[in-house]
Amino acid sequence: MIEVKNVFKSFEGAEVLKNVSALFEPGKVNLIIGRSGSGKTVLLKSIVGLHEIDRGEIIYDGRDFSGMSEKNRKDIRKEMGMLFQGSALFDSKTVGENVRFPLDVFSDMSASEKDDRVNFCLNRVNLENVNELFPSELSGGMQKRVAIARAISLNPKYLFCDEPNSGLDPRTAIVIDELIYEITKEYNMTTIVNTHDMNSVMGIGEKVVFISEGEKCWEGTKENILTSDNSRLNEFIYASRFLKQMREEFSKTKGEN
Amino acid sequence: MTFLFHTGRYFMFLGRVFGKPVKPGIFMRQIIDEIDDLGIGSLGIVAIISVFIGAVITLQTAYNIELPIIPRYTVGVAARDTILLEFSSTIVSLILAGKVGSHIASEIGTMRVTEQIDALDVMGINSASYLVFPKVVAMVFINPFLVMISMGIGIFGGWAAGEFTGVVPSAEYIYGIQYAFIPFYIVYSLIKSVVFGFLIATISGYWGYYTSGGSLEVGRCSTRAVVVSSIQILLFNLILTQMLLA
Repeated sequence: MIEVKNVFKSFEGAEVLKNVSALFEPGKVNLIIGRSGSGKTVLLKSIVGLHEIDRGEIIYDGRDFSGMSEKNRKDIRKEMGMLFQGSALFDSKTVGENVRFPLDVFSDMSASEKDDRVNFCLNRVNLENVNELFPSELSGGMQKRVAIARAISLNPKYLFCDEPNSGLDPRTAIVIDELIYEITKEYNMTTIVNTHDMNSVMGIGEKVVFISEGEKCWEGTKENILTSDNSRLNEFIYASRFLKQMREEFSKTKGEN
Repeated sequence: MTFLFHTGRYFMFLGRVFGKPVKPGIFMRQIIDEIDDLGIGSLGIVAIISVFIGAVITLQTAYNIELPIIPRYTVGVAARDTILLEFSSTIVSLILAGKVGSHIASEIGTMRVTEQIDALDVMGINSASYLVFPKVVAMVFINPFLVMISMGIGIFGGWAAGEFTGVVPSAEYIYGIQYAFIPFYIVYSLIKSVVFGFLIATISGYWGYYTSGGSLEVGRCSTRAVVVSSIQILLFNLILTQMLLA
């Protein structure tokens, strides 16, 4: 479980996060949604410690991450896996070396154990015979899958995904979403996904936190997102013509009944 | 203010670079890779520049000695001292600041803008140390070898130019390069090359590490890395010359 308590963060005087609090539960896919520039990426990067927060607390299963020195954070960091927006694979390393990298640095496994683990992780994300390829030789969707394989190689307790579907076609985006969902359930991880893709929200959003202008405006599940009367949330969701039409039809049917 | 900001941040960055490296085995492998990439990969350009500059120094010295009472072997003395004292350490390092410095800055800068450095940080790896420390060790180790190779090839270039153009007879040149030889000049040059190797790797690493934005910014940081490294090489050349030769 990850708790975010009264977090403030500003850059050069501009307040980007204003008193944000949220609870991200284990075994669930928790989504942070919001418009571009709303502060959701800053929130995710603050949670993983890439940005130091100005005030507030970030607590990982009772451990005050935000109050720790970088040295003391190492144990928690070993329990984290992260999927970046652009995959962030090391382009000088092959796919196999990318997935193997956390094992080389942090584990005491033998070479053959590492090979087995690499193959297992790549098979888990439905990739085969790609170990010797370089990231630049893969498609965007395959790169994301390799990044997921690297993120899970050390069996993390926490998985963070920053815009996992950006730049992917709708079909591949669904594959990535399903993979994130399955892995979360399989390893009972606390997964936080940062997205503005409504297909992801309706597909895998077990818990949704809506951020607008640096503030948490709404929190709930994908089931009650469509019936919310939060104006800022509705403005964000129904920017999609398709969903707007769906809501109008839904309201019409409700009225007729 | 900007100068003070970058100076302060540079020294803080050095503090992170010289933090505890990841596993010793990985660190050693990285150093060997960097020696190959930054050092062995620079052998070609060092050799080409050295042979031509050695040749030009010899020809210019020979053509500028007009007094018949000055012996021809003076050309060998002048070529040797120019190559040992200044060309092989300073000029070769300036060239390496361009080649190796831009390579380091753009490699690390690209890793920054594509979030590869963030990925290392999230894993709990000291990214500054992981990326820059092996390059510093490699440059400090390999730069003196490159400088020694440059000395040999430069002096050979001078001999070849003198011999083939006929301006300096071979025997005179060979006598000249041995005449009143001061071995400390080589030590002085090697000390400079170690300092210059350190400056190239750390300054270029610094500019690459703190890149922000996109590909345009990577290009700008790469240019800044070359300019700042070159200025620092010239400044430290002055300081070290005063310290070691005064």
